[in-house]
Amino acid sequence: MMFFSMQRQAWHAMSANRLRTFLTMLGMMIGVGAVVLMLAIGQGAQYMVEQSISSMGSNLFMILSGGTTSGGVRTSTGAAPTLTAEDAQAMTDLPSIAAVAPMASGSAQIIYGANNWATQVYGTTPSFLIVRDWNVSSGYPFTDSDVRSATRVALLGQTVVANLFNDEDPVGKTIRIRNSPYLVVGVLDIKGQSLDGRDQDDTILVPVTTAQRKLFGSQFRGSVRMIMAQATSAQAMNKAERDLNDLLRQRHHLSENTESDFTVRNLTALAEATAQTTRIMSMMLGAIASISLLVGGIGIMNIMLVSVTERTREIGIRIAVGARALDILLQFLLEAVIISIVGCLVGAILGVGGAWLVNKLMDTPVVITAWSIVMSFLVAAAIGIFFGFYPARKAANLKPIDALRYQ
Amino acid sequence: MPGHVIHTEHLFKQYETAAGISPVLKGINLTVARGEFVAIMGPSGSGKSTFMNILGCLDTATSGHYYVNGQDVTVLDRNQLAHLRNKFIGFVFQGYNLLPRLSARDNVSLPLVYSGASVPEMRTRAQELLEKMGLGQFSDFLPNQMSGGQQQRVAIARALVNQPSLILADEPTGNLDTATSYEIMDILTKLNESDSITIVLVTHEPDIASYAKRLVRFVDGQIVYDGAPPPRKAREAA
Repeated sequence: MMFFSMQRQAWHAMSANRLRTFLTMLGMMIGVGAVVLMLAIGQGAQYMVEQSISSMGSNLFMILSGGTTSGGVRTSTGAAPTLTAEDAQAMTDLPSIAAVAPMASGSAQIIYGANNWATQVYGTTPSFLIVRDWNVSSGYPFTDSDVRSATRVALLGQTVVANLFNDEDPVGKTIRIRNSPYLVVGVLDIKGQSLDGRDQDDTILVPVTTAQRKLFGSQFRGSVRMIMAQATSAQAMNKAERDLNDLLRQRHHLSENTESDFTVRNLTALAEATAQTTRIMSMMLGAIASISLLVGGIGIMNIMLVSVTERTREIGIRIAVGARALDILLQFLLEAVIISIVGCLVGAILGVGGAWLVNKLMDTPVVITAWSIVMSFLVAAAIGIFFGFYPARKAANLKPIDALRYQ
Repeated sequence: MPGHVIHTEHLFKQYETAAGISPVLKGINLTVARGEFVAIMGPSGSGKSTFMNILGCLDTATSGHYYVNGQDVTVLDRNQLAHLRNKFIGFVFQGYNLLPRLSARDNVSLPLVYSGASVPEMRTRAQELLEKMGLGQFSDFLPNQMSGGQQQRVAIARALVNQPSLILADEPTGNLDTATSYEIMDILTKLNESDSITIVLVTHEPDIASYAKRLVRFVDGQIVYDGAPPPRKAREAA
């Protein structure tokens, strides 16, 4: 039997009972729609997490100074001034380390004209921008010579710009941090939220020396709160972690059995754990939606079985005029596959539309990938064949005389 | 048996029921030559319909042999039987057995669907036969938009579409009034005479049987008469 005429036969059968055909398709539509939508939401969440991770910078270590121990009372990490800018300088010589940025931070009130804003001020070096993979959107970053001479220059984050400068270009303007004047040399790109929900754009960068000597003035000259270091590659992370520990223990003259007075944290590992959680959530959403796809498939089988019983006489007539078992099998299989594929196409459109709505109404990021649609299409065709096969075989194996006599 | 369209040898058929084995055909030997027009008559339960179903390869005998055009069908598989039904046998049923959702043209071309004809070929061939049956203008009609006689003519067109050598008609006039019955019988007679198609017909009515050239009478699963049909007089009187 030729494919074109088979298609016509299937079309006749399906258009004869439109409501039933539609309801059967509806099961597939909802199933496929749910899968596409859930995958879109899941992958949206995954995308958001990955975005935050890459905004943090890749292959990162955060080295914190240790806490103090005085009279048995231990304070939190970062309280003791054990790390110095020189430690950071020494790390740059490690072959497994690509870039290092010391950080001295504190919060301060910023004033420009009639506006003021409280924000986090980080004293660091130009390599901070490399470590955090951050660009300057206008103006220029400060330089190593600014760091050497502790000049009063500042790079502003977008949130700070929005709160202090209405429509003005901040580059070249002078702001006051803790009442000292600073020249704005550049504005940082938008970074967005960090993994823990902080606004990374609500920040100001100044040379580390400026922060140490002029802004937050510590009694321990040259100490920094933490150092960020970037490994040369993801593969070098383990070696880099060992190198950093060895280097600092050596520089801090710690003997074999003394506790370290610093902590090296692998930020990327933490981020990866978060990403893993999101991936699992995304898979679970997909799995739950797949159940409705399965239910849709069972709906197809149900209707096809009813259809075979109802059309027993038709099958008998077809056999009498020369249809082979294979022809009957293919006819019913084709019907099931057409129902599932058309249902899938409409379902995919519904899913994409639903994802768009979720994105617009709930402000949740969604990601629709070609493979999620291709996958659900293939699954739908497979479901059509799988659940259509049993009824189709039942039809094909009818005895001609029984089928013809069926009332 | 060359030259013989139908040849049966000791054909037995029995059904197993809860009440035991009930024999329906008890050793039928029948030979029908090319171009014959045979009427089978007999009371209800005489086995004539079962015999027709076996002749049409819709049912199989319990024992015995059945040859179509010299080919023993008892050794054929399902696909070969389907091919035989498709190419060599045309069926005309009492209840027409048209597909209700297909137009007259699509009903007529149904056997062509299974012999691999192209769609334009199917259309022309179906249209040709509908015109031959005097139904040229009805080709887009659905069966329920036509009279019983018209539906039976569509069924005859369907039976002819693959140019079979044998037409099996199981009480083709059973649902029709007398005048329409004669029209149908005239068509079958013409097919037998001018196209020399072999026809085997089952009927209850002597005046219908009188159209045939040979009469076979069944009683209790056996042939009790094989000879000349009733005279045409019966028909003229009706």
